[in-house]
Amino acid sequence: MNTSTALFIDNVSLSYGEKPALDHVSFSVFPGECAILLGPNGAGKTSLFSLITRLYDTREGAIEIAGFNLKRQSTQALGQLGVVFQQSTLDLELSVESNLLYHADLHGLSRKRARARIQEELERQHMYERRREKVRQLNGGHRRRVEIARALLPGPRLLLLDEPTVGLDMPSRKAIVDYVHSLSAEQNIAVLWATHLVDEIFDTDRLILLHKGKIRLQGNLRQALERTGTPDINAAFQHLTQEEK
Amino acid sequence: MSLIHCLRALRGIVTRELSRFIHQRERFVSALVRPLVWLFVFAAGMRSTLGLSPTPPYETYILYEDYITPGLIGMIQLFNGMQSSLSMVYDREMGNMRTLLVSPLPRWFLLAAKLVAGTAVSVLQAYAFLLIAWFYGVHAPPEGYLALLPALLLAGLMLGALGLLLSSFIEQLENFAGVMNFVIFPMFFMSTALYPLWKIQESSPLLHTLARYNPFSQAVELIRFALYGQFNAYACAYTAAALVLFLGAAVIGYNPSKGMMQKKGGKQ
Repeated sequence: MNTSTALFIDNVSLSYGEKPALDHVSFSVFPGECAILLGPNGAGKTSLFSLITRLYDTREGAIEIAGFNLKRQSTQALGQLGVVFQQSTLDLELSVESNLLYHADLHGLSRKRARARIQEELERQHMYERRREKVRQLNGGHRRRVEIARALLPGPRLLLLDEPTVGLDMPSRKAIVDYVHSLSAEQNIAVLWATHLVDEIFDTDRLILLHKGKIRLQGNLRQALERTGTPDINAAFQHLTQEEK
Repeated sequence: MSLIHCLRALRGIVTRELSRFIHQRERFVSALVRPLVWLFVFAAGMRSTLGLSPTPPYETYILYEDYITPGLIGMIQLFNGMQSSLSMVYDREMGNMRTLLVSPLPRWFLLAAKLVAGTAVSVLQAYAFLLIAWFYGVHAPPEGYLALLPALLLAGLMLGALGLLLSSFIEQLENFAGVMNFVIFPMFFMSTALYPLWKIQESSPLLHTLARYNPFSQAVELIRFALYGQFNAYACAYTAAALVLFLGAAVIGYNPSKGMMQKKGGKQ
């Protein structure tokens, strides 16, 4: 059991029939770190997230969240995890607050604690005044903020985000990118952010580049540029994902 | 997993299901219209053609409307169970199901809680139907309405568990039409909801056998006896056994290492 890592992925493989989706993937994410899981569409990001959220069982390799083995200690492991899925999973007909209370109930928070946490998380994103509005009335960016607040309600040690900015306008994207980075820096939360948008990467982030189910690169931005001999991350991304074509 | 955590999660899941139901007024109305059409139109038309001799729990000759009412309550619960499973498939396609399944609780508990929530909705629907039927002239003994509650809970859980099991097999929303044709209609028509077993036996021994072993028939008989303040032990045991079987199979179906979720791995 590795308690110092928020997420520990050890030699994980997954295949759909004959087609391999993940091929001996290993990496760790530490508290206070923002790790960007970068890869083009079909790289295996969503498959990896499906394993970390235990939608599918890990058959080859092992996954630990905050030291808890996902297969053997699944409830403890999932208790340390906050997730923002690629598709919005809010109930559009219910208010922001009802959606959050539902989530707080699923995580066993008392009503008093849940209301305090909802206020705290929504205020941080300037959404508290809108808590009684139906989710249907919110725009895409605000819905995403609510989903991030929801993922943070139980106080997870690991926050997973699966391409959370897809379909959002630039100001909404920037607000979310900045906010999530501040979470890892100020609250010591480990963040694993899956994206294919290279402009969401900060210099301090750790990059994990996944392509065709394999990890092609791990390191920070500077190391990525040095290794590929490219001038910017765009070129590095192109270099690493096109080398096999 | 502490008891208080489980109770809070159960509260969350039931509250969400009930508030969704309240917000979807069309769903409530259509859930009532279906059995009411059967009661007001079908039963009125069939009244003169179907003679029913007194068989338990009835002590005297009854009108066809009285006979069909428990069957229509069963129909409400059958449709509700299937509707819940439809919403599970929808939730899974839309992603809502993932927030539930990623909760730090055992999957069997989450599925059972979902089942309880769906059953609570079906009980509300059943009593609303009985209220309208009462004004129409379908009266049961007063104690029957109270005795009905546990029967509705058990029957609702069993039919909901069947829906849950089906939802673990259905990969896409479009496939749900097949459930209507291959599950709901055969279950409903091959049962004691519309005609008693002895009537079926007169016309087809095979149909009689199928209706007799159809769990929906037993759920309807459980409801029928309860509505008249009586307890049908065989129907109760049969319904409970079917609940255990369906729920057990549904839990396996949703188990990430054993069931359909693993097989569906490639279809994202």
